[in-house]
Amino acid sequence: MISILYSLTFFGHHMPWKAAYLLTYVGAILLIALPLMLAVAMIIYADRKIWAAMALRRGPNVVGPFGLLQSFADGLKVFLQETIIPAATNKGLFLLAPIITFTVALIVWAVVPFGPGLVVADINVGLLYVLAASSIGVYGVIISGWSSNSKYPFYSAMRAAAQMVSYEVSIGFVLLCVVLFAGTFNLSGIVLAQKGHGLGLINAFGVNPLLFPMAAVFFISSLAETARPPFDLTEAESELVAGYQTEYSSMSFALFWLGEYANVILMCGLNAILFWGGWLPPLNWAPLYLVPGIIWFLIKIWCFFFLFSWVKATVPRYRYDQLMRLGWKIFLPLSLIFIALVSGWLMVSGRIGGGV
Amino acid sequence: MIALAAFYLFASVMIAAAAFTILSRNPVHSVLWLILAFFNAAGLMVLAGAEFVAMLLVIVYVGAVAVLFLFVVMMLNIDLAEVRSGFTRYGLFGAAIAAVLATEVVVADEAWHSGALMLGARQAVTPDNMPNIQALGALLYTRYLYVFEGAGLVLLVAMIGAIVLTHRERSGVRPQKIGDQVKRRPSEAVRIVSDQPVGAGVEL
Repeated sequence: MISILYSLTFFGHHMPWKAAYLLTYVGAILLIALPLMLAVAMIIYADRKIWAAMALRRGPNVVGPFGLLQSFADGLKVFLQETIIPAATNKGLFLLAPIITFTVALIVWAVVPFGPGLVVADINVGLLYVLAASSIGVYGVIISGWSSNSKYPFYSAMRAAAQMVSYEVSIGFVLLCVVLFAGTFNLSGIVLAQKGHGLGLINAFGVNPLLFPMAAVFFISSLAETARPPFDLTEAESELVAGYQTEYSSMSFALFWLGEYANVILMCGLNAILFWGGWLPPLNWAPLYLVPGIIWFLIKIWCFFFLFSWVKATVPRYRYDQLMRLGWKIFLPLSLIFIALVSGWLMVSGRIGGGV
Repeated sequence: MIALAAFYLFASVMIAAAAFTILSRNPVHSVLWLILAFFNAAGLMVLAGAEFVAMLLVIVYVGAVAVLFLFVVMMLNIDLAEVRSGFTRYGLFGAAIAAVLATEVVVADEAWHSGALMLGARQAVTPDNMPNIQALGALLYTRYLYVFEGAGLVLLVAMIGAIVLTHRERSGVRPQKIGDQVKRRPSEAVRIVSDQPVGAGVEL
């Protein structure tokens, strides 16, 4: 992506190369961040529409054609509101928390490959970078809960911390299974390793009987990691008012929302990249490759978002002890067993273990 | 040039964050400063070309260890006056430890420069053109296999020890048995009471 942009913008121009590269990177970042914000606005609308349809309601249909501009109207509303900082808060941290949530949701996109070569930073520890960045995300919630100096946000922060740490463990093991099959931590490499993985015909790790259960575990864990229903205990309104966002208003509240949905889209993208072929077409058939990779990737993200929405509309919320039981007593042993199975199978079939 | 500027940026922010970790009065702020210090250490690792270690530093220390620190510290009800009184009591002791550590750093530096001990030489040089992870894995699983597995065993023992110490069998609790719930059928759960005479009440 960087090289394409670089040649597009600065080919033939007489510019110092350092300045040109700096500008190219800024351009690439904007090229991802701005459409992402637009996508977040539209995906909130889609979420509400899907949710409404499953509840036999109409959903947003007043602002703009089919209510398409609803999210922008909401955005304008919060933008024009006054930012209220309660007197008893820890002001610096109170303002820092939504910024952390939002920033972390954006920085992970740096390593997401949208197509062949369409990635800002093609680093070889890409998957670890994703894990590292998503593990910082919990601080936004914890800091907001503590600095609000209020009971419910604090409870919510405690829940969030425990929940995210628990599910990150099983997510880590699931990712290891994928890495064992792909042989690389680079996300583009993981996508390419899935080419023709299913009997030379299907471009997906998910059809592998050893990896399909892990795909399911990863999907459920990503619901928990983004605190989507049925794991939205951090903002369970019947128990905790609005959770860690209770004391927030105006743009600081909106930043939490944007960050949350950006994270949801990211998790949908990761599901697509790790198990369902990323920007590869679903079938390894030449005519399908004529469609640009980014289209396939966006379609896959959309499919996973529909699943996220479907789950939100239909599954009742977990109780806290059930959440912990699922994370520690079911997913953790299951993913550990599958690491043994996957590495054992790869050793037996002679695909790894030859030494370096 | 840029690398040098980045080094000084990371290093100075890290030292400042470490200082604030000790100096800040609020223990939660201390933990947050500590996290900033971890983060800048990860940045230094990236500059040194050890991107794998950098990522692990963030995942393990920032993502797990510091979260648990914060978790505990947030719940503590700390009386600042009491902490201050501790300062006068343990101040001398702390200063002694700091002096010992400083001396050791100086001695280590001198020993390295004296060269007689071959301390500065790398025992396992990273091959060129090989990603960090592969180089580390190739060494850990061949040359240092027993040490590596020994470290794993130590961690396993620590984990089992922690579980044994904190686990307690409680009597009188009725945990949820999801298997039983799923196995339950309408025939054993529903009782029709509509043929009861009016006012007779129901037996629960």
